[in-house]
Amino acid sequence: MVRLLMKMSIKKQQKKLRGIKKMIRMASSRDAYGDKLIELGYKIPNLIVMDADLSSSTKTIKFKSEFPDRHFNLGVAESNLMLFAAGASLTNKIVFVSSFAMFATGRAWEMIRNTIAHDRLNVKIVASHSGVAVGEDGYSHQATEDIAIIRAIPEMKVFSPADAFEVQKIIEYIAYKPGPFYVRLSRENSPLFLDTYDDYEFQEGKFFQLSDGNDATIFSTGTVTYFALEAVEELKKIGINVRLFNASSIKPIDKDSIIKSARETGCILTVEDHNIIGGLGSAVSEVVSENCPVLVKRLGIPDVFGTSGKPKELFKLFGLTTDNIIENIKYLIKNKK
Amino acid sequence: MKLKIKGLFKFFSKEKDLRKYKEISYIRRLIINSVFNAGSGHPGGSLSSVELVYVLFDKYLKFDPSNPKWEDRDYFILSKGHAAPLLYTILSYKGFFDVKELETLRKLGSRLQGHPDALKVPGVEVSTGSLGQGFGVAGGIALGLKISGKSNKVYVLLGDGEIQEGSVWETAMACGHYNLSNLCAIIDVNKFQIDGKVENVMSVEPIEKKFESFGWRTIRINGHNLDEINNAYKWFLEEKSNKPAVIVADTVKGKGVSFMENRSEWHGKAPNEDEYKKATEEIERD
Repeated sequence: MVRLLMKMSIKKQQKKLRGIKKMIRMASSRDAYGDKLIELGYKIPNLIVMDADLSSSTKTIKFKSEFPDRHFNLGVAESNLMLFAAGASLTNKIVFVSSFAMFATGRAWEMIRNTIAHDRLNVKIVASHSGVAVGEDGYSHQATEDIAIIRAIPEMKVFSPADAFEVQKIIEYIAYKPGPFYVRLSRENSPLFLDTYDDYEFQEGKFFQLSDGNDATIFSTGTVTYFALEAVEELKKIGINVRLFNASSIKPIDKDSIIKSARETGCILTVEDHNIIGGLGSAVSEVVSENCPVLVKRLGIPDVFGTSGKPKELFKLFGLTTDNIIENIKYLIKNKK
Repeated sequence: MKLKIKGLFKFFSKEKDLRKYKEISYIRRLIINSVFNAGSGHPGGSLSSVELVYVLFDKYLKFDPSNPKWEDRDYFILSKGHAAPLLYTILSYKGFFDVKELETLRKLGSRLQGHPDALKVPGVEVSTGSLGQGFGVAGGIALGLKISGKSNKVYVLLGDGEIQEGSVWETAMACGHYNLSNLCAIIDVNKFQIDGKVENVMSVEPIEKKFESFGWRTIRINGHNLDEINNAYKWFLEEKSNKPAVIVADTVKGKGVSFMENRSEWHGKAPNEDEYKKATEEIERD
């Protein structure tokens, strides 16, 4: 009886989900990744996982407990981590590599560039702890340049999921798709919302549209996309209709959606937990300026280093909040041509 | 009678050696040719490794030029990727592609890039050029083979300057940790790097002690002496051990061309016409 009541209440919560803050379901991207790896481990016998002393944080430890012979810890040595992954992939292995985004991309960038990307190796780099959402650890562990530096490498594809549900979709996709990928995960638990869209699917090079409107467009990536969704719903209440895209496929990017939305809405806001230089904002601006120049405002980390604090406080400090998104949309609509 | 047979053996083995020395000279000539044609490239470190690579391909490495991705092949990785002229020469000499193609080295549109490109050249397992990376990839291949229960061997050639790279020691540590006994690293100790003598730029000795402390078995040889090279490869293949092996080979940078020998300026420079003629004459005389 109690169980039945609980089930009913969960269903109620799910129905009320959107827009009601109290009812937000939270889920961990990292755990979703670890769980998905186990599932894939059973399906794909030649899938192996490598980590660099952070398996309990990146959650590849889940895979290790299930497949101890297929998980390899390379110690605090990210350069060699990437090289070993590259080598193992040459012996017909599908290799998932994990560390913090800072070290996976920063420390080992040249290994990714010269070996993994150039030779199009079957190495899937899934990094956790991206952006200022890392929180208290401070700037040294907050990767706010990873999209920029990996996006600049030919052959690399860059995906940035918005919630735990999308993490699983993306991990499944890259496991079966040959070649190198970079997937950017967040440390913090974040709202689960994409599973409420019946028509959701992950497509490489395609953004998923979350709302329709012609007053402005938001392209948002990562867990902050939920703030954008909240902002869109608030704006709707005052008669402003904003088109919102979940821009998880940062490279390849969804040119068609960008160009079409630029034409039809006349202004664009980008939202990301990343430096405004080189990230989603830059990627969108590149497409807009070459095809259909309109006013673009980039919300993100304004080319400064992060700092210690609670993730929520840091989001507020850098304007990655529902309220600030609303303000920026109003500004854009006022100033667009 | 017994003596006569022994003499006959000696005669044949001398003939065999003669063939080998001729082939080795031929490879040196092709290296000089291709670098001269290209107008740039790295003759010094290509010439110092000739015997080490020649003996490996001649006798120990399992490969099939008509099927470069043959599943049972051994892997050879040139971590000192700047010795590309040597790798291309040996691959073409062994039939992976036409020797004539060596003339296209470093030219626009050629498969033979300044540093080896695995997407372009059959027989190149992984692209190298950025020092240290080939070594780590070799470790990863060895690990992949080991966990698949395969008996293929992995050989990787490094330079002594190259082991200044930090990632080399990350790799050395991991290979020791994972007991990659199917891996044989060969370090060409020619004692020179771009800026001068290795010992002056950043000393790397004692190399064997360093590797031993990282869990490797080691042997030090003269890298131009065919008997010593043979013994070293046999030692790797025959001695039972759970450790990765490193052959530390003392060589002469620019070996075979007197004016290139032990001169760091010939690390990455092509000979002009006069130098080319002189170099070719010297190699043929050998």
